[in-house]
Amino acid sequence: MQVAVFALFAILSLSSAVVVVSHRNPVYSVLSLVVTLVSLAVLFVLLGAPFLAALQVLVYTGAILVLFLFVIMLLNVGKEEAARDGSGKLQKIGAVLAAAVFSSVLGLLFWGRFVGYSLAPLTEEAVAIKPLAAALMSRYLLPFEMAGLLLLAAVIAATVLARRPERPDGGAGS
Amino acid sequence: MSFETLATLTKMAIWLALLLQVTPIMSWVERRGGALIQDRRGPNRVGPLGLFQALADAVKFVVKEDVIPTQADRLLYLLAPMLALVPALTMFVVIPFGPDLDIAGRSVTLLVADVDTGVLLLLALASLGVYSLVMAGYSSNNKYSLLGSVRATAQMISYELALTLSVVAVLLPVQSFRLDEVVAYQQGLWFGFLPRFNAFPQAIGCLVFLIAAFAETNRLPFDLPEAESELVAGYHTEYSSMKFALFFMGEYMAMASLSALGVTLFWGGWYLPGLDYSGHWAIAGTLGLAVLTAKVALCLLFFVWVRWSFPRFRFDQLMHLGWKVLLPLSLVNLILVAAMTIAGWL
Repeated sequence: MQVAVFALFAILSLSSAVVVVSHRNPVYSVLSLVVTLVSLAVLFVLLGAPFLAALQVLVYTGAILVLFLFVIMLLNVGKEEAARDGSGKLQKIGAVLAAAVFSSVLGLLFWGRFVGYSLAPLTEEAVAIKPLAAALMSRYLLPFEMAGLLLLAAVIAATVLARRPERPDGGAGS
Repeated sequence: MSFETLATLTKMAIWLALLLQVTPIMSWVERRGGALIQDRRGPNRVGPLGLFQALADAVKFVVKEDVIPTQADRLLYLLAPMLALVPALTMFVVIPFGPDLDIAGRSVTLLVADVDTGVLLLLALASLGVYSLVMAGYSSNNKYSLLGSVRATAQMISYELALTLSVVAVLLPVQSFRLDEVVAYQQGLWFGFLPRFNAFPQAIGCLVFLIAAFAETNRLPFDLPEAESELVAGYHTEYSSMKFALFFMGEYMAMASLSALGVTLFWGGWYLPGLDYSGHWAIAGTLGLAVLTAKVALCLLFFVWVRWSFPRFRFDQLMHLGWKVLLPLSLVNLILVAAMTIAGWL
């Protein structure tokens, strides 16, 4: 049963990920990314991390990808034009970078012990809600707060950029 | 089939049976209620008091011609109405509808998905609801549909923040994401007469949740995604027959699910002080389910009452209310609740 569920969602996440990068229509790409992320969430549940799964769906599919779609629909981006200047080159660079990251992660996982690098497997206790919260609030408090500060700075920057410029007569822009 | 599987299937069957009743009953209540408020008669021809109107409507939906626009994006166009039902039908899985029962020596929790992430799972499922609207609007290839779904997206992600923050405040003193523990926390009385419902100390949070729930379900006064005076019917302009009916059902079921969540968070869920839940398991279970259903029904009546009482907001007013009023209010509520929790008052 578990294996069947894993196989189904592993295939689903991989095939939808292929659609994300290969489809011509950006709306389809975003919607396939939704499928990818939801299937990954199911895999997280199988690994005993329902909290991570819920957060993944809540934050990525529920908020970030909705914004992607919103922007795409607002700009009314139609089907991507087939051959635009430079896009082929960028694609190649992206593919090489992605392959490099993927192979180094894979390499560390399988052959890391030869170079003295090893990671203990995550236990269900480590990814349950209460231990996770305790770790975030004690051992990782500084990175946690810094991430919060970074997000706050981003929000303020976005607000400043989106504000209408002040009028030349000195009155405040509204 | 094991006992646990049977119990889970039974619980799902109960919820499904109840949820499928929501739309026909509510469509009658909505029209008769609207008629009452506006001093009209409402549908009164089919059956006593027009009660069988919903059946007639169902037959009408099934036999009507099903039109798919030739320029529509077929795959997304067909997927959208199906997806409208998914969050509405799955959100209930973490909502408890009765005390833990002792059936033939085995303990049964009246909760379909007995997981620690409870509310988060529900919010995650609820946040997927926006996709059906987006897909419907995009795939119809109609400017009114597209405008409707762009509005829906902006509205739902704006109000989700306030909604989530008011939920977080409830979870603070409970120290758990589990809704059955939220209900357990609200049992008992304050000063001997006031039920320990969260709605009393967290009145601000309750109000924010209520308003955000109206926006999340696209109900009047926030039904801008389908504002008929400007957008014909918004994102479901191009949908006919059963496909339209699916959107219609999804909307009412989402109202019921969010009402059930609100009632569980702020009004004690299946619990009512003074009722005896310690009797036979069948009686206790029925009592819990009846109390929850009654509370949700009151909420739904309130939805209808508000719909026929208030005019629609303008879009800038909607955004102003969401970002500049509700969000700060929910933050204030969160800080207040945190302070009260630390002080040991909650």
